[in-house]
Amino acid sequence: MSEVIKIKKGLDIRLKGKADNVFGQAQLPDLFAIKPTDFQGVVPKMVIKEGEKVKAGSVLFYDKYQPDVKFVSPVSGELKAVIRGERRKILEVVVQSDGQNESLDFGIGDVASIDRDAVVKKLLEAGAWPYLRQRPYDIIARTGDTPKAIFISGFDSAPLAPDYDFIMTGKEKEFQTGIDVLKKLGDQVHIGLNDDAASKIYTNVSGVETHRFKGPHPAGNVGIQIGHTMPMNKGDVIWTIRPQEVAAIGKLFVTGKPDFERIIVVAGSEIKKPAYFRTILGAAVTPFIKDNLNTAENIRLISGNVLTGSQISDDGYLGFYHAQLTAIPEGDEYEFMGWAAPGFGKYSVSRSFFSWLNPKKEYRLNANMHGGKRAIVVSGEYEKVLPMDIMAEQLFKAILVEDIDKMEQLGIYELAEEDIALCEFVCTSKLNLQKILRDGIDLMIKELG
Amino acid sequence: MKALRNYIDKIKPHFEKGGKFEKLHSTFDAFETLLFVPNTTNKNGVHVRDAMDMKRTMATVVLALVPALLFGIWNAGYQHFLATGQEADFWPMVLHGFLKVFPIVVVSYGTGLIIEFIFAQLRGHEVNEGFLVSGMLIPLVLPVDIPLWMVAVATAFAVIIGKEVFGGTGMNIWNPALLARAFLFFAYPAHMSGDTIWISGLTGGEGIVDGYSGATALGAAVTTGNVDKFSLMDSFLGFIPGSIGETSTLAILLGAIILIYTGVGSWRIMLSVFAGGLLMALGFNAIGSTPLMQIPALHQLVLGGFAFGAVFMATDPVSATRTTRGKYIYGFLIGVLSIMIRVFNPAYPEGVMLAILLMNTFAPLIDHFVVEGNIKRRLKRASVNA
Repeated sequence: MSEVIKIKKGLDIRLKGKADNVFGQAQLPDLFAIKPTDFQGVVPKMVIKEGEKVKAGSVLFYDKYQPDVKFVSPVSGELKAVIRGERRKILEVVVQSDGQNESLDFGIGDVASIDRDAVVKKLLEAGAWPYLRQRPYDIIARTGDTPKAIFISGFDSAPLAPDYDFIMTGKEKEFQTGIDVLKKLGDQVHIGLNDDAASKIYTNVSGVETHRFKGPHPAGNVGIQIGHTMPMNKGDVIWTIRPQEVAAIGKLFVTGKPDFERIIVVAGSEIKKPAYFRTILGAAVTPFIKDNLNTAENIRLISGNVLTGSQISDDGYLGFYHAQLTAIPEGDEYEFMGWAAPGFGKYSVSRSFFSWLNPKKEYRLNANMHGGKRAIVVSGEYEKVLPMDIMAEQLFKAILVEDIDKMEQLGIYELAEEDIALCEFVCTSKLNLQKILRDGIDLMIKELG
Repeated sequence: MKALRNYIDKIKPHFEKGGKFEKLHSTFDAFETLLFVPNTTNKNGVHVRDAMDMKRTMATVVLALVPALLFGIWNAGYQHFLATGQEADFWPMVLHGFLKVFPIVVVSYGTGLIIEFIFAQLRGHEVNEGFLVSGMLIPLVLPVDIPLWMVAVATAFAVIIGKEVFGGTGMNIWNPALLARAFLFFAYPAHMSGDTIWISGLTGGEGIVDGYSGATALGAAVTTGNVDKFSLMDSFLGFIPGSIGETSTLAILLGAIILIYTGVGSWRIMLSVFAGGLLMALGFNAIGSTPLMQIPALHQLVLGGFAFGAVFMATDPVSATRTTRGKYIYGFLIGVLSIMIRVFNPAYPEGVMLAILLMNTFAPLIDHFVVEGNIKRRLKRASVNA
């Protein structure tokens, strides 16, 4: 039994609308999309034109800076549209499914005998490479690197996050094969387990080191788990991947066909029946919310969780790395003297609202900012929800003045947006800390490569 | 409320860019956001946010100041009637105190807010809430008999030189309220010390009962060498002359409870100021070579502005240290220095103000070393692993 690592700092935001472990029924949509904006730092170059036929596994676009890294269609059909935004930036590459679900075949590989180069090649070709992300920077792993370790967080502690024990049930064999494949890429594979869950699927896996974690969010974040087991220093590279994607890699090697089936959770206070759904990567969200929303108007749909997810419209698509769809009220209304009201129904880590009288209550939080942006005034807030030996405020200030040395010294290598999302949540000055961190990371990449 | 909202929406365009009253945009925005929490929603990053904002934070501090303010109002009346030898009931005392204290509060807020609004407009910023607290702190650290024009001058000095030249709330180096007091002390020493200023009416020459001295406990300690006239209990409850809000340690502790419980004020700083002060006073007790050194340690903590400074001034997050470890050091040194200045500087026995301003100056230095410590720890980890 591995030692239990207790995470003390952090916060579990109690939101209404958690899903029970049941499956809901929803038809597969016609439209699927891969969104280049899901991949930090990737500049997409289209390979095919609108109207061309694709199969599941056909390349849609590749990354200008790492042309080996290809992004493939999750379904068979035809390329319907390439949606562009400002300055012709590609936002969505939409594929219309023909319902046949034909797949390219990349050949069955014997995991035991295959060598590393062949594994890399196969993952790249089948569009599975983007599952692997690297720390530092939380970007798609670089093909030339050999990581110090590959780290998998076996659970998600974010608000309303899916229960991976439930999602992964029945995928034991693929998961083990996936692990075997990962072992070819890096010597060590680590899994972070939730001490409060059975985690049966992970405990029976061979060839991995497991670590148990106990405590509030962000205990399930892979960055926090790495920080508590093998803290990153300058020059270290650790790759990360999520459980469902490990299983998808496993299936690719077992069947020769890329696996894009995913289980997602649809949750949030505005969802009538929060539940799990089987679907395909990049699916349009329309079937999940059809007749499943409490009110039709003023709802914010989020692909991902409320802390790190991205806002999508009601005909939007699931994000590449997201196994969650959340619906909360938009909250774009004025509130009379809201700052002075006793605030029984308001959620706050401070106890200046009377909601502390009711510690078990689940909240229907909306997307209102609850105030205006200010200079940093309150101190010590961020440290309370960041379980790492990192001086967050000083790091953010170093980023704002673009002091690369200080950013490095204060630990920018160890953080990704999801790790400091809670800092942003509690920030009294309402700063966009995730954006600040990403700007800092972009600067690091630009200056140091 | 709907009607009010509609009215605001109707007049709002006039204050936007290109409108008739464009120059009053910040002012309009300040009042609008005061009345209604804006409808802005999160765009990038987190989708939900903690309900806490700067207005709520500052309002909580003002709420925590209310016990000290109310007691100060009553005490102003109480001390007045005591000194002039008149009999009076509770309400006349409150009324007298209110008529004395309220104008000071109004002048402080009025002067400060006008300056804040002007600067916000010039910069094109939203008006910052920081002055909501400063505007209440300034009256509470002033003597009750201070001329109102001095309040205005000091407030203007504090807001302009103490805060706005650095960029506004969040950027200042020193606590603005203490700066106001320090300014008055050095610019008009005659009005900020002595035996008459602390009790309303005395400067105006109202008759004093024979044998009554209006000196504060610390003032008396310097001249007479002891604080026997001020019992520990009286000093704790606040039935003594002094600045408006600082006499009652009990009322201040009520405020401290609010600050600590809501998580708005730093208990680390408060605790370490008291710890530093207590240790220093005990040390002086042990030496005991001058009368001031012999004042009992506990008594030191309830006299003068010590408690008020510890709870409301030292904890100002902007001018204090920002690191957790730094807060202990910062608070402790404030406590030590306060008592040290009291004992060694008879010309100005109130050491808290200077101690806090001095430590405000050094707070970034303390933080620097704490941050360096973190960096070293990080580097060490790297070399161990390598």
